[in-house]
Parts: sequence; C-alpha cells; structure tokens
Amino acid sequence: MNAYDVIIIGGGHNGLTTAAYLAKAGRKILVLERRSLLGGAAATEELFPDFHFNTGSSHAGLLLPQVVDDLQLQRHGLEFLDSPVAAYAPQPDGRALTLWRDSNQNPVEIAQFSQNDAEAYPQFLRLVNKLTRVLRNILPLTPPNPKAASLSDLFPWLRPALQAKGLGDEDLMEFMRIIPMTTKELLDEWFESDALKGLLGLPSVAGSMQGPQASGTAFMLLYQQLGVSNAGLQSSRFVKGGVGQVSAALAKAAQAHSAEIRIDVPVAEIIIEDGQAVGIRLEDGEVIKAKAIVSNASPRHTFFELASPSHLPVKIMRRVRNIRYRGSTAKVLLALNDLPLFNSAPPSLEHLSGHIVIASSLDLIERAYDDAKYGRISQSPVMDITIPSILDDTLSPAGKHIMEITFRYAPYNLSTNNWDKQKDELGKLAIDTLAAYAPDIKDLILHQYVITPQDYESDYGQPEGSIFHGQMGLDQLLFMRPIAGYAQYRSPIHNLYLCGAGTHPGGGLTSAPGFNAAREILRKRK
Amino acid sequence: MPIPTPFHSRQLPLVTSQEWREWSGYLAPITYGPSYEYEYYAIRNAAALIDVSPLFKYEISGSDATRLANRIFTRNIEELNIGQIGYTPWCDDHGKVIDDGTVWRLEENRYRVTAADPNLRWFQDVGYAMDVEVHDVSTQYAALALQGPQARNILMQLDQGAPLKSLPYYQLTYGETRRFPFTITRTGYTGDLGYELWVEAQHAECLWDQLMGIGQDYGLTPAGLAALDMARVEAGLLLIEVDYISANTALIDSQLSSPYELGLSWTVDLDGGEFIGKQALITEKRKGSDWTFVGLEFEWLELESIFKAVDLPPQVAGRANRDPIPIYKWGEQIGQVTSRVFSPIQKKYIGLGTVETGTAKLGEMVDVEVTVEYSRQRIRAKLVKPQFFSPKRKRAVLDD
Repeated sequence: MNAYDVIIIGGGHNGLTTAAYLAKAGRKILVLERRSLLGGAAATEELFPDFHFNTGSSHAGLLLPQVVDDLQLQRHGLEFLDSPVAAYAPQPDGRALTLWRDSNQNPVEIAQFSQNDAEAYPQFLRLVNKLTRVLRNILPLTPPNPKAASLSDLFPWLRPALQAKGLGDEDLMEFMRIIPMTTKELLDEWFESDALKGLLGLPSVAGSMQGPQASGTAFMLLYQQLGVSNAGLQSSRFVKGGVGQVSAALAKAAQAHSAEIRIDVPVAEIIIEDGQAVGIRLEDGEVIKAKAIVSNASPRHTFFELASPSHLPVKIMRRVRNIRYRGSTAKVLLALNDLPLFNSAPPSLEHLSGHIVIASSLDLIERAYDDAKYGRISQSPVMDITIPSILDDTLSPAGKHIMEITFRYAPYNLSTNNWDKQKDELGKLAIDTLAAYAPDIKDLILHQYVITPQDYESDYGQPEGSIFHGQMGLDQLLFMRPIAGYAQYRSPIHNLYLCGAGTHPGGGLTSAPGFNAAREILRKRK
Repeated sequence: MPIPTPFHSRQLPLVTSQEWREWSGYLAPITYGPSYEYEYYAIRNAAALIDVSPLFKYEISGSDATRLANRIFTRNIEELNIGQIGYTPWCDDHGKVIDDGTVWRLEENRYRVTAADPNLRWFQDVGYAMDVEVHDVSTQYAALALQGPQARNILMQLDQGAPLKSLPYYQLTYGETRRFPFTITRTGYTGDLGYELWVEAQHAECLWDQLMGIGQDYGLTPAGLAALDMARVEAGLLLIEVDYISANTALIDSQLSSPYELGLSWTVDLDGGEFIGKQALITEKRKGSDWTFVGLEFEWLELESIFKAVDLPPQVAGRANRDPIPIYKWGEQIGQVTSRVFSPIQKKYIGLGTVETGTAKLGEMVDVEVTVEYSRQRIRAKLVKPQFFSPKRKRAVLDD
C-alpha cells in the first residue's frame, strides 16, 4: 500500500502548482523540498536581518490568471502590486526614457528621443498584443507529440489555431515571419532610437546565453511580454511580501486540500523497478513509495542524477544530454540605506518602482554578450534593476530599501578563473556600472549579496545556472521541450513525470508547466 | 585509399595474386597465391595465418566496467570468469542486433571487445555517467589468426611456456617471445582448432616472421579473406552486412534482426543483466520471432540436371557468394540464402539463410533459385542446422 498517490520532488512554484491541482482533484500528495524554504526560483529570502530579497524571479506578471483563480491564491494571501511605471531607462547622456503602464503617456516620452518612434510605438504595441494573445493561449496546453498525436491531443490546439487564423492572413504571415527573427532585426524595422530599442530588447535575452542578434530572440521578446497588460513591456507586477508569497499561496492552496509538504528533505534517488518509478529515497535513507513521481527538477537532474542515464534508451539519453542550458544570469542584491539619486533625476519615486533598465542600445547588449561568448563576464554589463521596497514596505526596515540587480551576462563557464574568485569582481562591476547613473549608490550600500550562475546551479538546482531549466531557443520549445517525443510531461520512465520549467512553455513565473503537468497526470491516472 | 595493416610489409611480396580488398579501411589480401583453395585447405588440414588486424578493438575499464558490459551485451557478463571470452551480439533498445563480437574478461573490471563495426560512441554513450572508460585500441594491437589442426603445435614452438594444451576454447592466456609479450585467445572465425594472437603493433612484423619460420615444418600458409569466408560459412558463423544488417545501417524495419532471428538465442541471457533490448527480447521470446536462421544443402543431382539441360557442367560458388538468392516453398518466397559456398570438405553446396518462422522445419525440402545461363531456375535444398563443420579438435583440451 502506498501512503501517497503522488510524490512531487521540488517545491518550486511549478511543483506547488501541480501539487495544488492534484490535491484539489483528491489525490494524496507529498511535496519534498531540498531547501529550508519553498519556492525554488520564486522565493523571497531574508538574506540580512529584516531585508527580504527575491533571489530568483523578481516579478509575477506572467503568472497564469487561471491558476490564480482556480486555486484562489488571493484568498491564500497573494496580493499583487502593480507599478505605474513599466520601465525607466536612464541614459549615459543624462536623459531618461520612461515607459508607463498607461500606454497613452508613452508617445510623449518616446518623442523626446524620436518623433518617428513615438508614432510607430502604438502600432507596434497593437501588433505585439495581437501576437501575444495567440501565444498566451498555448501556454496552458500540452504540446502534441508529432509522432503519435491523437485527435484528442490536438483538439485543445484548435482554439489557438483558429485564433492564429483569426489574425488574418497578413498578421499570421507576420507572426510566422517574426518568430525566428532576431530582436535587432525586428526592432530596427520599427524604431530608430537606441534608447527605446535597448529598453525593449533587454527582456528578449533574459535567461539566455545569446545576444539580441541571435535568431529566435524576437520570439522571446513576445514571450516576456505575455504578462497582464503592461504597455507592451515586460511585466512590472510585484507581489506584496515578495515573489515568495506566490509560492506560499500555492503551498497553502495545496495544503488546504490536504497535500503534505516537507522542507529540508533532499531526495537522493528516484527508485525505479522494472522501468517504473515506484518511489524515492531521501538522502537520509528514508524510502517513500507512491504510485507516481513528479519531478519539478530540471531534466538533467531528474534523469541523470535522481534517476540514472542507464534507465533511458540511449537515443533518449543523448537527447537529454544535448539539452542546452548555458546559464548567463547573475544577481546582485543590495540592502540600501536610502534610495539612490539618479543623474537623470526623476521627478518622483514612481519612476524607480518598475524596472530600471541599464541598456542604452541593442549594440551595448550585443557587446555585453560578446564577452560572455568567450567566457568572460561582460565588462560593460546590461542590467535590469528593481527596487520592490518602494511599493512594498514589508521587505525592508522603514526608510531603507532593497535593490535587485539582474546582471547580463555572467557566463556559467568562465574561460579563466572560477566563480568563487569572480564573485566579488561581478558585484563590483554591477555597482560601478550603476554608479555611472546613480553616483551615490556606493555610499548607500549596507549589505551586498551576489548570486552567480554557479550558485544558481548548486543552491537552486538550475543546471549551469540556467534559470529556465534549459535555454528557450526555438529548437527547445513546444513539442521539443524538454526533448522531442516527451513534451507531454511524461518521461520514458513509467509513472515519472516532469512539471518544471524544463517543460513547455518554459521558464518564468507562469505556473504553466505545473498546471499542464497536473492535467496530464490526472488524465493518465483515470 | 585503404591503409596498410601492421603486417603489410610481410604480405606485400606474398600477394602474388594481386587480389586485395578493403576491410574496415585497411588493405587486406583476398588470396595470396593463385589458388584460394590451397589456402582453404591449409585452414582445414595444416595451419593458416590470417591477418585480422582490421577488427575493431575496444577496452572497457573502471569500477563500472562490468556494469557497462552487462548493459551492452546480451550475455550475462557476470558469468564470465577472468580469462574467459564470450561471443555475443549487442542490441539497440528494440532488441535488434547492432553488431557481434567477442568480450574478453581481462580483469575483474577490465574487458577487451572485438567488433566488426565502429562502436566507440555507442559503448561510451551506454556508459554515460558511469565510472568507466572506453577506449578504441584498434590501432594499438595487430592481430593474427593462427587456424587449423597444426595451430597448437606451431604456437607451442613459439612460446614453450604458454599453457596451450590445457587452454580451453574461448579462453585467453598470455605468451611471450624473447622480444615481446602477446595475448593468445583460443578463438577464430573458421570453426577449427585455432588461436588469435594480439600483439602491440610495433612487434607485428616480428611475430609474423617468427611464426612463418616455425610454420615451415607444419605447412603454415598465409590465407586471405576468400579462404576465411569459405571456412566461416562451413562453421555457420555470421557475417555482418551479409547474413544480417546492423541496426545502425538498416534503412527499413524489415532489415532488422534480433539475436533470436540469427540463431543466437544461446547468447541471450534474459535472467542476467539489464542489457539494452532485453524488454523487447522478452516480448519476442513470448510471441515468437519473425525469422529463423537456417542452413541449406542444395540437391546436387538437381543442380547437375539443370545445367546439363544446357550442356554445361554445374557451376557453383567456389568462393563464398554473398549475393542473396530467394528460398521458396509451394511457390511462395519464404526467405533468402545470404551466403553460399561449395564446401570442399563436405563436398556439398551449402548456404546460410533466413526463413520466415513456421514456414519450414529443419529436415524439410525447400526450393532455392539458381541462375543457369541468365535463366532463373529452382532446385530443391534441404533445411539443416546452420553448422556444417565442427571438428572435435576445435574444442578439445589435451592432457599434459
């Protein structure tokens, strides 16, 4: 007799989403989290007394509204905080470009840089919104298996297919044309201002080891703008108490349906008998059996460390081995005595409450990537900075602030030296770069904490520091994510499922992989 | 351009026939002198020296070596003692044969493997993340097959200390001359008494010279691939890409073969390790295989008569013929002869082939196609066990 129907390895937001849906459907669920807090890359941690940082994802704008509703996350304590500013991009010449959530204000802002761009922007936004609507509808779907798709597998795809058709021939063609494009080509077609293109282009390389001149980055530009209405920009939707509260609410939703959640319990091994996953062994030796095992961990960790490569057919093993991870993200987290003063002197606090973007042109991003391509930390990094404590006073002591700097690019594989030695160097680079725009920053720092790609691998289970559990390149998406033939949340090992960012649709705080996995598991177990 | 083997300098003056062919990228003699039959009879009646250096050779070592070997090979490798050798096929995930060869257990966790085709990537990938190293040592070792009734006597002259009399079939031992050590395996591709000698490539010519020197008194003759091919058909030994198509090169599913379909059920241990393809083979064993490996003996009098009808003496494949011909029963094709040869020692026209399982039993007569002056005819042939020659001396161990 199994005490549990399903064991979920990993209490990241996707694992918790799967747990909540399965528990809601009456399954007996056990979630096992290695760390002493839940959330994985959707966690808020008190790194210094009374300073709470989002160590992974910094915003929650991509979270599926359906999940929020189904699981009544707001009843379980989730509260969104929307910044009025989408992004604020200080420029080297002392000017700044601000884009507002209320898109009516944006043409005026953009006109300071280019009248043409100001006129083109609303049209660009209309196109982006049209295309993202199609994309949004494929997030909560299971990719069909091209080799063995049944009619019922394809049926859910009818709606986005019709919707894509509903775009009309011209827009549909535009959609197909844009997907494999580079961010640079796409934005060059629309705009002339470097400031605007840098601001719009930066999210398209988030989490990727590629620059804006790489094919497929135009797709990622759309992906990052899937969030709820945000002026065609990446989301600036924060969470009261930090992003970790999303995970906390998911956990409460799961527990409300009697799911059991344990922390500080690293799983050593998935027990496989006759090609079937039958349970897990914890690092302390405890064996727990269940009818099905769901892994929130990356495909690499799941198949090569928790299971063993020899449990996979060699052809499949090769595909899993070939998944590109190539992390390139580092975070510099600062506890500040006060808000920094920018040269471009924003008239109000509001400007700093969304994303602060240090990427004054696409060329700057590409050059930052050039360093990374050859194994060096970008010497002129591009940075996406948030100060969530402006909107949320629970994150830091009164009058003090937290600043989260997402640093591009920090390649996992350094050509010389190792990350232990380069960690301080990276922190210094980030702060020096910021100081060019906000000179007083150095005097405001109370504490500093750097997370390198290596830390993301060892502490957060993200292979090679890949925050998406596998680069979101065109060849690693949809029915090819995590690998061709197994994009249906099942695995070659019976009763072993995946529910993490390594599956469709990919990384980011969406809950979509967890949501889809739960549906597939329930479908199988009928 | 094929490259020379380590024995090339010694072969070159002897290959007066100028008949060479490519074998795994190497230049290999088809025959040395004008008569392949002379070389064939050396294998059966005296001793022959055959350069088998082009075989692929691998070494598997590390604490997981046995685990890996058991994962790759259909045989239970745990049952191999140190010094023992196993003939075995290996399969893909669907239980279809990739290649076949020998596995030598050199130490508890060190193996040598011979293969017909390149397998390094496969072996390494099967062992991915295991504590194991797989190396291609093909060019490191030269190999000579010393085959025939006099093989032991010659070898005992080469190294009087090696325990050759007591060395059982499919076992290895180590020998040495004054100048170099070598490995002796009691293996071969002739179905006769014989050994294969494995030596560091730099000593190859020296080994050849010494053996040829000793061999003069025993009728030792270098033999080419033509003679070897005849001997292996008589012995019922499979040849990749002739009698079966590797899962690596098959273009369509019907070209694939399982070990059961190649008469190798004795090499499949379903109670042993979790080898690749095991689940598929369990299923196949339960359901039955599509194909059965058979031997055939052509009806000589019928062969004579269809040739006599056009005033010709019977024409047979003197050298082994690798062009497949159909097998019929009641007018329907039920299989194909993949190798055939006139067996000089059996004085029979014989073949190896496959038939659809259940269509014909051993001992039954079937029809095979024979082309007489461009005209396709059929004669009868008897299905027999696919082994036409297996002398006691092949396995015999002598008392000291």
